[in-house]
Amino acid sequence: MLPFMLVAPQIAVTLVFFMWPAAQALYQSFLIQDAFGFKTEFVWFENFQILWADPYYTASFKRTALFSIAVAGLAMSSALVLAAMVDRIIKGVMAYQTMLIWPYAVAPVIAGALWVFMFDPTLGIFAYALNTIGYDWNYKLNGDQAMALVVISATWKQIAYNFLFFVAAIHSIPKSLIEAAAIDGAGPMRRFWTIIFPLITPTTFFLLVVNIVYAFFDTFGIIHAITQGGPAKATEILVYKVYNDGFIGLDLGGSAAQSVILMAIVIVITVIQFRYIERKVEY
Amino acid sequence: MKLGKYILGAITAASFAGGAYAQTEIQWWHAMGGANGERIDRMAAEFNAMQSDYVVVPSYKGNYTETMTAAIAAFRAGEQPAIVQVFEVGTATMMAAEGAVYPISDVMADSGTAFDQSVYLPAVVSYYQTPEGELLSMPFNSSTPVLWYNKDAFAAAGIESPPSTWDEVNMAAQKLLDSGMECGYSFGWQSWVMIENYSAWHDLPMGTQENGYAGLDARFTFNNDAVVNRLQSIADSQEAGIFKYGGRRGDSLSMFTSGECGMWMNSSAYYGAMVDQADFEFGQAMLPLDTDVADAPQNSIIGGATLWVLRGKDEGTYKGVADFMNYISSPEVQAWWHQETGYVPITTAAGELSAEQGFYESNPGTDTAIKQLSLNTPTVNSRGLRFGNYVQVRDVINEELEALWAGDKTAREAMDTAVERGNALLAKFERANN
Repeated sequence: MLPFMLVAPQIAVTLVFFMWPAAQALYQSFLIQDAFGFKTEFVWFENFQILWADPYYTASFKRTALFSIAVAGLAMSSALVLAAMVDRIIKGVMAYQTMLIWPYAVAPVIAGALWVFMFDPTLGIFAYALNTIGYDWNYKLNGDQAMALVVISATWKQIAYNFLFFVAAIHSIPKSLIEAAAIDGAGPMRRFWTIIFPLITPTTFFLLVVNIVYAFFDTFGIIHAITQGGPAKATEILVYKVYNDGFIGLDLGGSAAQSVILMAIVIVITVIQFRYIERKVEY
Repeated sequence: MKLGKYILGAITAASFAGGAYAQTEIQWWHAMGGANGERIDRMAAEFNAMQSDYVVVPSYKGNYTETMTAAIAAFRAGEQPAIVQVFEVGTATMMAAEGAVYPISDVMADSGTAFDQSVYLPAVVSYYQTPEGELLSMPFNSSTPVLWYNKDAFAAAGIESPPSTWDEVNMAAQKLLDSGMECGYSFGWQSWVMIENYSAWHDLPMGTQENGYAGLDARFTFNNDAVVNRLQSIADSQEAGIFKYGGRRGDSLSMFTSGECGMWMNSSAYYGAMVDQADFEFGQAMLPLDTDVADAPQNSIIGGATLWVLRGKDEGTYKGVADFMNYISSPEVQAWWHQETGYVPITTAAGELSAEQGFYESNPGTDTAIKQLSLNTPTVNSRGLRFGNYVQVRDVINEELEALWAGDKTAREAMDTAVERGNALLAKFERANN
C-alpha cells in the first residue's frame, strides 16, 4: 500500500493536468460544435479528414519541420561554440557567462517585442541600417524575411539555456584527459572533436529533445509578438495554427483535432529519440 | 495618470459599497486598452455615482478577439458577464447563439425602459438588426474608414485639395513622391477598408443572401472585376512607391505619423492617436471613389464594436443594464466619447450636440465619418455584413492580399482563392449552426 500512497500525488497531478485535458481534446476532436456549445454533432474522424484535405495544414507541417530544425540546429551549434570558447578565456569568465545567460530570463513575448523594435520596417534601427545598404527589408510583406526573423529570435532566446548545459558538461570532463591529449600534441580543434564532443553527447542528446520541444511549443509567444503567423501564413507553425483556429476562429473541433495530432507527433519524436538516438549516446 | 488613479479609487470604493448596501453588480467586459480603457472606467464611475441601485464594473479582457473568446468560454462555464463588448465581425457568431444573447430591444422592453431605435444613425443600427428590424446589440464604439492626409506634405507638394477619386489619389501620391516623400499612401485593416468598405462605397455586394443577412447559406462573390481591377492597380503601383504595404490592423499608422507616407486609409477612430503622435497638420477626407465602377459613392460601413447582453442573470440585473445602456447612449456621453476618440456618435442628437459645442468648427474634418455613413440610406449592399466565421475569413483575406502585395499572386488569383477558402469557412459555419 505504501508504495502506491507515495506515487499517488504524482499520479494525481498527471491525471488532472495531463490525462484529463488530453482526453478532453480527444473527445472534442470528434465533434463539430458552434462556439457557445449549443449545437453539437458527433462526427468521428471528419475533423481529421478536413485537416488532411487542407493544403494549408500540410504546408504548416513542412514549415514547422523547417522551423524546428533551424531553431534547434542554430541554437545548439552556436551555444556549443560559445561554451567551447568560454573554456579557453581566462579573464572575465563570470561576466562573459552572465551576459550569455541573460536572455533566458527574458519572457518570450518581451523577447519578441524587442526584436520587433529593432527590425520594424518603419521604426527599427536594424531595418534602417539594412535599407541604407540597399537591402529591401520588410518582414511584414516578405515571408522568408519573417521566417528568418522568428528563427533568429527563437534561437537567441534558447542559446542561453543550451550554453548553460554545455558549459556544465564541458566542465565535468576530467582535466587529465584533455591535458594528456595536449601533451600528445593534439591542437585545440582536435581535442574538441575527439575528446570533448564525444564525451558531452548525453547532454547534446538531452538538449536535442528539449530544443525540438521548445521549437514546437514555446516559440508561440515570440511568433505571436512578432508576426502573428503572417505574412500570408509564412510563419504559422502548427501550434500557432491551433491557437488561431481555436481561439481566434472558434473552430473548436478542428483545433482540438490539430492538438491531438500535435500530441501524437511529440510522442513519436520522443520515442524515436530515446529508442534510436540514445543508443548511439555514450554515457 | 492622476485621473486613472481617481477612477480606480472610485471603482474600488464603489465595489466595496456594493457589498455593503447590496447593490446589484453588473459586470462589463470590454476590449479597450490604454486611454480608451480609462474613458470607459470614467463612464462607469459616473454612472455609479449617479444612482445607488447598481454598480457597473468594467474589466479589460484583452483585444477584441480575446474578449469575445473569454466571454464565450465564461458562458460555457456559467460565469458570463452581463455585458460584453464584441466587434462587428463577431456579430454573426453572437447572433447564431440565440440561447446566449439577450437582444437589446427585448432587454429594454422587458424592463419597461423607453427605447426609440430611430434616434440612432441608420448606418450604425442596420449592422446589428435582424431582418425584422429588431436591434440585437447596443452600438457603442463605431467608426468608419476615412482618408487621412498630411496637410503639410500636401502644401509642400503643391496639392490644393484632398483627392476624392482613385485617379486623384494616384496623382496626389505621385506629387508627394516628386516632392521627396518615400511613399504616397498606405492603409490598414485592409479587408475592412479595401474590400468591405470598397464594396459598400460602390454599392457592390460582397456575397449572396444580402451579404449574409438573409440566411446562413450565403457565399462570397467579392472576386468581381471592380475589386480585382482596383487591387491589381494598387499592387502595380507599388513599383513606383505610390502604395506601400505596412502590415495588418493599424500597424501602418507609424508610416503615416512618421511622415513616410502622405496619405493613409483607416478608421476615423485613429483621431486620438493622430493628435498624440503626428507633429504635422493632418486632415480627414472621404474615401476615394472609383469612377470606373460608380458615378457617386453610396455610404461606408462601420467597424468597431457593440455591447451584447448575455442571458443567465436575474431580472434586476437587466433593469440595471437597461438603465446603463440608456445612460451611455445619452447625447452628452456620446458627444464626449466621439470628440475624445474619433468614434462616430451613435445617435443623431450626439452629432448635433457636438456641432452646437463647436467641435467640428474648431476641428475641421472630424465630421467626415458621420457624413460618409449618412451619405445615403443604406442599401442591402451597404448596411453591413453578416457572414459566419468572419474573423477567420478576414485572416484569409489578409493572407491572400499579402500574397498579392508580395507579388506571389495576381489580384485575380488572390481573390479567387480568398473566395474559395472563405466559402469553405461559411459552409463550416452553416453546418455547425444548423
